[in-house]
Amino acid sequence: MWMIEIPPFALFFIGALIAAVTRGTLRSAIMVLIPIASALHLWTVPEGVHLQFAFLDYQLMPYRADKLSLMFGYVFHIAAFIAIIYSLHVRDTMQQVAAMLYAGSGLGAVFAGDLLTLFVFWELLAFTSVFLIWARRTRRSYVAGMRYLIIQVLSGVILLAGALFYAAENGTLAFGFIGLDGIAGWLIFIAFGIKCAFPMAHNWLTDAYPEATVTGTVFLSAFTTKVAVYALARGYPGTELLIYIGAAMTCFPIFFAVIENDLRRVLAYSLINQVGFMVVGIGIGTALAINGAVSHAFNDVIFKGLLFMSMGAVLHMTGRINGSDLGGLYKTMPKTTVLCIVGAASISAFPLFSGFVSKSMVMSAALEEGFDWIWLMLLFASAGVFHHAGIKIPYFAFFAHDSGVRASDPPNNMLLAMLIAAGLCIAIGIYPAALYSLLPYDTGYNPYDATHVLAQTQLLFFSALAFVWLNLRGMYPPELRSTNLDFDWIYRRAFPTALQNMFSVIWKADLALRQAFLIRLDLCLAFLSRRNEGVSGLISRIYPAGSMVMWVAVILATYLFLSFIH
Amino acid sequence: MLAHLPILQVIVPMMAAPLCLFLTRPRLVWLFALIVSGLAFLISCILLQQVMTSGAIIYELGGWDAPWGIEYRIDQLSAFLLLIISAVSTVVLFAAHTSIQKEIPVDRHTLFYILYLLSLAGMLGIVATGDAFNVFVFLEISSLSAYALIALGKDRRALWAAYQYLIMGTIGATFILIGIGLIYQMTGTLNMNDLSMRLPEVAHTRTVFTAFAFIIVGVCLKLALFPLHLWLPNAYAYAPSIITAFLAATATKVAIYLLIRFTFSVFGLSFSFTTLPLQILFVVLGLSGIFAASTAAIYQKNVKHLFAYSSIAQIGYMIVGFSVSTTTGLMATLLHLFNHALMKSALFLALAAVMYRIGGVQLSQFQGLGRQMPLTMAAIVIGGLSLIGVPLTVGFVSKWYLILAVIENGWWPVAVLILLGSLLAVVYVWRIVETAYFKPPLAGSEAIKEAPLSFLVPIWVLVIANIYFGIDTRLSIQVTQVAAQSLFGVGPP
Repeated sequence: MWMIEIPPFALFFIGALIAAVTRGTLRSAIMVLIPIASALHLWTVPEGVHLQFAFLDYQLMPYRADKLSLMFGYVFHIAAFIAIIYSLHVRDTMQQVAAMLYAGSGLGAVFAGDLLTLFVFWELLAFTSVFLIWARRTRRSYVAGMRYLIIQVLSGVILLAGALFYAAENGTLAFGFIGLDGIAGWLIFIAFGIKCAFPMAHNWLTDAYPEATVTGTVFLSAFTTKVAVYALARGYPGTELLIYIGAAMTCFPIFFAVIENDLRRVLAYSLINQVGFMVVGIGIGTALAINGAVSHAFNDVIFKGLLFMSMGAVLHMTGRINGSDLGGLYKTMPKTTVLCIVGAASISAFPLFSGFVSKSMVMSAALEEGFDWIWLMLLFASAGVFHHAGIKIPYFAFFAHDSGVRASDPPNNMLLAMLIAAGLCIAIGIYPAALYSLLPYDTGYNPYDATHVLAQTQLLFFSALAFVWLNLRGMYPPELRSTNLDFDWIYRRAFPTALQNMFSVIWKADLALRQAFLIRLDLCLAFLSRRNEGVSGLISRIYPAGSMVMWVAVILATYLFLSFIH
Repeated sequence: MLAHLPILQVIVPMMAAPLCLFLTRPRLVWLFALIVSGLAFLISCILLQQVMTSGAIIYELGGWDAPWGIEYRIDQLSAFLLLIISAVSTVVLFAAHTSIQKEIPVDRHTLFYILYLLSLAGMLGIVATGDAFNVFVFLEISSLSAYALIALGKDRRALWAAYQYLIMGTIGATFILIGIGLIYQMTGTLNMNDLSMRLPEVAHTRTVFTAFAFIIVGVCLKLALFPLHLWLPNAYAYAPSIITAFLAATATKVAIYLLIRFTFSVFGLSFSFTTLPLQILFVVLGLSGIFAASTAAIYQKNVKHLFAYSSIAQIGYMIVGFSVSTTTGLMATLLHLFNHALMKSALFLALAAVMYRIGGVQLSQFQGLGRQMPLTMAAIVIGGLSLIGVPLTVGFVSKWYLILAVIENGWWPVAVLILLGSLLAVVYVWRIVETAYFKPPLAGSEAIKEAPLSFLVPIWVLVIANIYFGIDTRLSIQVTQVAAQSLFGVGPP
C-alpha cells in the first residue's frame, strides 16, 4: 500500500509548510490535526523497511520501523500533540514552524535505518530547535542558543566522521549494533553522548533549555535527548561503560538541582537525572533493562513534559521562574497546582503513577546482574528525584511563603495539554500492561508485586513524613539543620552553607577559566585577523608581483632540490 | 560529421569569435555567442556519450599520422572536462547580456563576447588536444583572453589585477613551455601518447627531472595552489561578475586537468610519485591551502573576495584527493571538479545578480537582502550549504569520497582536518546568512528588487543541479569512476 511508504516526518514537514503560510484558527486546526493523522497512520504501519534507495555505493533506509523505533515514534507523536496544544495560543510563526520541523526531525531520526539519514536528522534537530530558543528574542537567549547550536552541530560532525569510518570499516551504513571497538564506534559513541548529555558534555542542556520560550522548552524536553537515548539503545546495548556513565548522570545533577533557583533549570537537571536511568538500562543490556530504559523514556517524555508545562504556565502567568520569587500560587492557580503534583508524583515513582512502572525495571535489572553499587546509586538518585522534582518544584512554586503574586490559571489550551499529560501519567500507572505490550521484549514484568510496592511506598512515605514534619517546623529554621534530608530551602535560609560555598568556588574557578580561555581565543582571533589584514595589505600595496614570483621561485627550487637529492 | 566532432568542439567557438565582429548589435552578438556555446555543449554531450560507450576517440588533424601530425584524443577524463566547461559557459552566458549592461560600456560588448568565446575555445582546446605543444598554445589563447576580460571590469583595480594575473600566468605558461621543451629535447616528440612511451627510457636523467619540476610548478601556478594563489582573489574580485562566474568554474579546473594529464598520462604514475615526494608535498600544501584560505575567507569584507578564497580552499580539497593517488582519491578529485564548478558558478552568478541590483558586493551591503532578493539569497544559501558539504547537495558527495579515500589510505588525521576545514566553511557562509537575514536593511535600500529573470533562470538551473546531482549521483559517479580507472590503467581503456 502506498500509504505505508510515507515516513512520519513527511507529514510534520508538510504541516510546517502549511503553518508558515496560514494564520489564526486554520493554522491551529491544522497543527493539531497533523500529529493525530500521523499517529493514526503510524498505528497501521507494520514493522519492516518501508523506504529505501541506493545512494553512492550504499543502501539507504530513510524509513525503517521496528519495535524500538515504533515505541519512540508513538511517544513522539503524543509529545508533539500535547506540546502543540500547549502552544496553541502562540502567534509567533517562527516558533510554530520550527516546532513542527523539530518534531518531524525527531521522528525522522528514530525511523532512520542508516547512519547517513540519522546524521541528516541529527543536524536538523539542532537547526530547527535552536529557533525555539532564539524565539524568546533576548540577548541571553541568542547567546545561549548559539552555544547550544555549536555543540549540537559539533556532535553532528563527529557523528558524520564516525559514519565515514564505519562505512570504510564495514562497507555498509546500516544503523544497527555498533559497539565500542574501532575508531568508528568511539566517534559515534561520543556524538550520541553529547546529545545524550553525558557528564561533562551536559552543559548545553542546562544552559539552553531554561532560556527557551515557555512553549519551546516543552518541545525541547521531549525530543533531543530521547533521540540520543534511542540511538544508544540501538547502537550500544550492553556496553558496560554506559552503566557507569548513566549512574553518574543520575547522581551528579541532584546536587546542582538542589541549589538551583531557576525552577526550569532544576527540571533541566532532573531531565539529565532521568536520562541517566535510561542510560544505565541500556548499559546493562538485558531484556528487562532495555525494556526499562525504553519505557522510562516513554514515561519521561510525558511526565517531564507535564512538569515543564506547569512551570511554563507559572512563568507565562507571573513572568517569574525563580523559586525565591514564587510561592503561594495554589490559591489562585489551583488547577495548575494539582496537575503539577501529578507530574511530580509520576517522576517520583509513586505507585499508581507512570514513573513507578518503569523506573524500577532498570533498578531490578541492576540487582539481577549484580551491580549492587549501581543499585545503591540509583536508589540515592530516586530519593534525590523525589526531593528536588517531587517536592521542591511544587512546593516552592505553589506553596512555601506567600509571594503575594496573584496570577490566575493559564489559558484553557495550556490546561488541556497538561490535563492530557496528567491523564496519561495516571492511566499508565494504573494500567501498565498497555505500555508493556509496546515494549521491544516480553519479560512478563509486574511492577505491582508486594515487595516493590511496599519498598517504594516506604521510601516515599518516610520522605513525605519527613517533609510534613519539616514543613510544620519550617518556622524554626535553626533547628532544621539536624535533619538528614537536605531540603534546599534549608540552604536558602541558612545561607550560605558549606556546600554552596564549595560550588560557588567551583563556579568561580570555572568562570575564570572560561573567561581566560575566551580572552585567549579572542586575542588569537584578533591576531589572526590582523595578520590576515597585514598580509592582504602587503599584497595590495607593496611590490605584489615580486612577492608572488618569489614564491614561485621558492617552490620551483624546492621541487628541483627534492627531485635531485632523490 | 560525427567523426569530426573532436575538432568541431574547439574550432566552432574559435571561428565564431571573429565572426562576432560582423554582427553590429550587442544583443545579436550575445545571442550568437549563446548559440555557439550551446552548440559546444551539445557536441560535448555527444562526445561524452560516445566515449562512455566505445572508449577513447582519436582524431588526427589534417590526416597526418600521430607522432608527426597533431592528434586530438578524447578519453573519459577529457570528455568529462569538456562537458563541465561548455555547460558552465552556456549557463553563465545566459545571464551575460543583462549583467554586463551595468558593468561594461556598450561599445565594448562585442569585444567582450569575442574574448569570451576565445577563452572558451582555448580551454576546450587544452582539454581536447593530445599534443603537448598544442596545450601550451591553447593555454596562451585562453589566458590572454582571460587577462583582457578581467581588465574589462569596471573597478579601476581590475586593470591592475589583470596585470598581476598576466605576469603570474605568463610565468606559469613559460614554465610549462620550458618543461615541454626539455622533454622534447630528450624524446624528440610532442605527442602525449608517444611521450608516455618514450619517457621511461630517459626517466633517470636530470633533464627530465627538471622538466617535470617546471611543468608541475607551472601548472600549480595556473591552478592557484597555495602558496601560489596570490593572483587569484583580486583577479576574481575585480573582473566583471560574469567572468568571475565563468573563470571560477572552469579555469582552475582546466589546470587541475593538466596536472592529472601530465602526472598520470605523460610522465606516468610511478615516475611522478617517486621523483618528487609529491604525495606528502601535495597533502601538506593542499591542507595548508584549505586552512589558510578558509581562514582568510572568514575575514573578507568583499563577498567576491570571500568566495575567491573559498575557491582556493576547494582547490586544496582537490589536491588532497589527487595526492592520495588511489582510484577513490582521483575519483574524489574529479567529482569535486564537477561539483565545485556547479556550486561556484551558482554562487558567483548570484553575486552577479546582487552586483546588478545594488552595484557592489561588500558584505555590509548584504544587510536585509534576505527579504529584498529572496530568490537570489536562497540560491546563495543553498550554494553555501553545498560548499560546506551538507547532505543532499553535491558538496557532500565529493567530500564523502574524499574522506573515504583518505581513510582507506589510513591517513585519518587528514580526514579529521578535512572535516575541521568544513567547519570553517560553515563560519564564512554563516557570516553572509547572518548579514542577509538577521540584520535590518540599510536605510534607503527599500527600492531594491529581486533580480531579473535572466539571472534567476540560470542561477536556479545551477542550484537545482547542485541538489539534483547531490541525490542522483549516477552520472557523475559513473563517469568519474571510469575516468579514474582508465587513468590507473584498470578497467576499460
